[in-house]
Amino acid sequence: MDQRITELIETLPHMHSKLKGMRDTLLTNLVMLGEIPAPTFREHNRMSFLVNRFTQYHMLNCSTDEVGNGLGIIPGKNGERNILIVAHLDTVFDETVDHTISIEPNRVKGPAVGDNALGVATLATIPALLEELDIQLNSNLILMGSSRSLGHGNIEGLRFFLDNTDMPVHEGVCIEGVKLGRLSHTSIGMARCEVTYRLPEEYDWTRFGAVGSIVTINELINRILEIPVPRRPKTSIVLGSISGGRSFNTIASDAVLRFEIRSESNQMVHTLRQQIEDIAAEVSSHNGSEVEIQILAQRNPGGISFSHPLASNARAIMKSLDINPRISPSTSELSAFIDHKIPALTLGLTDGENLNKPEESIEIEPIYNGLTQLLAMLVAIDKGYCDET
Amino acid sequence: MKLSTWLKRNTYHHSAFAELEDLVAQKQKQGLSISLCIPTLNEEATIGKEIILFRSELMNRYPLLDEIAVIDSGSTDDTVSVARSFGADVYLAEDILPELDPKKGKGENLWKAIYQLKGDIIVYIDADIKNIHPRFAYGLIAPLVYRKEIQYVKAFYDRPLAFSQGIRPSGGGRVTEILIRPLFSLFFPELTGLIQPLSGEYAVRREVLEQIPFPIGYGVETSHIIDVYQKWGLTAFAQTDLDQRVHRNQDTRSLGKMAFGILQTFFSRLQALDIIHDKLELSHILRQFQAHDEEFETLELQILEEERPPMITVDEYRVKRGLPPNIDKTNKETKKK
Repeated sequence: MDQRITELIETLPHMHSKLKGMRDTLLTNLVMLGEIPAPTFREHNRMSFLVNRFTQYHMLNCSTDEVGNGLGIIPGKNGERNILIVAHLDTVFDETVDHTISIEPNRVKGPAVGDNALGVATLATIPALLEELDIQLNSNLILMGSSRSLGHGNIEGLRFFLDNTDMPVHEGVCIEGVKLGRLSHTSIGMARCEVTYRLPEEYDWTRFGAVGSIVTINELINRILEIPVPRRPKTSIVLGSISGGRSFNTIASDAVLRFEIRSESNQMVHTLRQQIEDIAAEVSSHNGSEVEIQILAQRNPGGISFSHPLASNARAIMKSLDINPRISPSTSELSAFIDHKIPALTLGLTDGENLNKPEESIEIEPIYNGLTQLLAMLVAIDKGYCDET
Repeated sequence: MKLSTWLKRNTYHHSAFAELEDLVAQKQKQGLSISLCIPTLNEEATIGKEIILFRSELMNRYPLLDEIAVIDSGSTDDTVSVARSFGADVYLAEDILPELDPKKGKGENLWKAIYQLKGDIIVYIDADIKNIHPRFAYGLIAPLVYRKEIQYVKAFYDRPLAFSQGIRPSGGGRVTEILIRPLFSLFFPELTGLIQPLSGEYAVRREVLEQIPFPIGYGVETSHIIDVYQKWGLTAFAQTDLDQRVHRNQDTRSLGKMAFGILQTFFSRLQALDIIHDKLELSHILRQFQAHDEEFETLELQILEEERPPMITVDEYRVKRGLPPNIDKTNKETKKK
C-alpha cells in the first residue's frame, strides 16, 4: 500500500471521534432537508434550502442553474484541481406523502431519509465537517445537489452541469445515503425501456378471443424470457414493473411494461433492445393493438479499473474502518462522470432498511464511519494520492 | 385598542423573523437571556428530534437560546434517557422545589420551570410536535425581542392544504371553537382575537410569568390569558402563525376531560373577578358514558384543577432571585409535612 495512504489511515480514528461530535448538525440538516418534498423534476424547494446552507457557510458561487441543480464552491489553497461531490436531490416520493422524519436514539425514520436525504444533508454539512477537522484543501471543492436524477430524470442535472461548466472537473464522488460499503467505480451499459400496448377505440370486442392488453403484455413477457442471455459479457434483462387495466370485469384496453437491459457490452444492450422492439411489434400485430416503445434512459459501460488508485485507496480506507467494500457497477450519477472520462466513484454512508418505502429508516452509528471514509477519500484525492501514474 | 387594530398590529407570520442574525444581534444588544422549556410525559418518540433541532439551529448556529430544559412529570417510557442522550438539561418536576407538596400535571412543570430556568424570556414548546422546526421557537421569541411592550406571545397554526376562495374560516381546535371562543365572546370579547388560545406553544417574559398563578392541569393556558389580560391588557399579547403543526389527535373523550378542567378554571376566574357574584359549589367529578353490550355504564373521573400561586410569592424563588422576603403570606404554598 502507498505509504502516504498508510499515514492517512493512521489519522482516521481521530477523524472518526471528531465527526461523532457533529451528530446534531448533520441530523438537523437531515431533518430540515428531508422534510422538504423533492419528487423528480420538483426538487426546487429542497435545492433552495441547500443553497441557503451553502450561503451561510460563505461558500463561493452559491447558485442554481436552468435545470435546478444547487451548488456552492469551497475555494482551495491553490485551486489547481476541482473535485465535485454530488448527491441527488430527488426522491421517489410525491408531495402528498407525509415527509415527517422522526429521530430515535439509534436511527432516523421517514420517507427517503436514506435515498437520498442523508446524502444531501452530508453535502450541506461538509463545510462544517472540514472546519471541525481543520482541513483546508488545495483543490476547489464543488458541492452539488443534483436535480432530475431518478427514473425519467435520467441524471439530467449532473449531465447538464458537466456539459456546460467551464470549471474542468478532475475527480468526482457521488454520495448515497445507503448503503455503507457501497463502492462503485464502473458503469454498465443499460437501456431503460417502456412498452405500452393500447387497443384502438374502434376495437371489435365481440371478436372471438378478444383478450385485451394485459394478455398482450403477458405474451411479450413470455417472449422476452425466451431470449438467450449470454454469460459473457455479463448481461441481464430486469422486468421492473407492469401496470394496466381498470377493474375486475373490464377487458384492459392498455397495459405498460417497464424493463431494463443491462450488459457489460454496449453492443449487447443494443442488440437485445432491437430484438425486444421487434418482438413487441410482432406481438401487437396478432391482435391489432397499438404499441409504443420508449427508451427512457441509456448508459454506456466504462469507468476506472479495479487497480486505479482511486478505487484501490477507497478499498484500503474502507477496510481500515472495518467496512466491507461491496463493489458493484452503477447506473446512477457515476455514469455521467464516466461519459465525461472523469475518474469517479460512488460511496454509501450508512445502513438502512425499507428503502424507497414510507417507513424507510437509517442507522445513526454507522454514519460516522461513512463520513470518515468520505473525508479520507477527499483528502487522498486532494493530495494527489489517487492520481494514476 | 380596537380588536381589529390589535389583530393587524400584533399578529405575525413566522417568516417575518427568518433573519436570525438580526434577531440574535437585537437579543444580545438588549442583554436578554432566553430559555426553552419542553414539558414532557412519555414523549420518547418525538423528544430527541426537538432537542437536536433547537440545539443545533438556535444554540450552535444562531445563539438565540441560552438554555434548553426538559421538565418531566415522571415518564414511564424512555423520554428522560432519550432527552439526556441528545444533550438536554433534564429535570424531574418532583426534584424542583422538593419541599413543596408534589402535584402532577403539565401546568406544574411550566410553573416549576420559572424557578429552575434562568432566562429573562421563557418559551414553552410541547414535546409531541412531529414536524418540529426552529420557527416554533424564534417565531414566538421575536415579538418579545423587537417590541418591549409585548409580554406574551401565543402560537397559532393556519396553513390550509387547499383553499380556492378569498375568505376562509380560520381558528383553533375543537375545544377552542366550541368552548373557549364562545366563553370569551360572552365574558372577554377582546380575547376572541387570539386565534388559538389553547396552543401549547408560547413565549413570555419572566416578570409576567412570576406574577401569575398556574393551574396545574388543563386550565393553565386559559388562566394565563385571562390573568395577563387583567393585569397588562390586550396590548401585552401578540400571536404568531407557525404554519402547520402535526401532532397526535386526541379522541373526543379526552377533549371532554380537557373542557371540564378548563371550565373549572374559567369559573374560578369569573368568581375572582366578581363577574359571577354567587359562590358556586362546583363538582370535580366528570361523568362520561360507555356502552357495554346493551348496558350503559357511567365513568366517573375526578378532575381537580389545583393552582400554584404566583412564583414571586414562593420564598425559595425570592431567595434564588435575590429578592427581599415575601411579607404577603396569602399565597403561601403548602410544604411537605
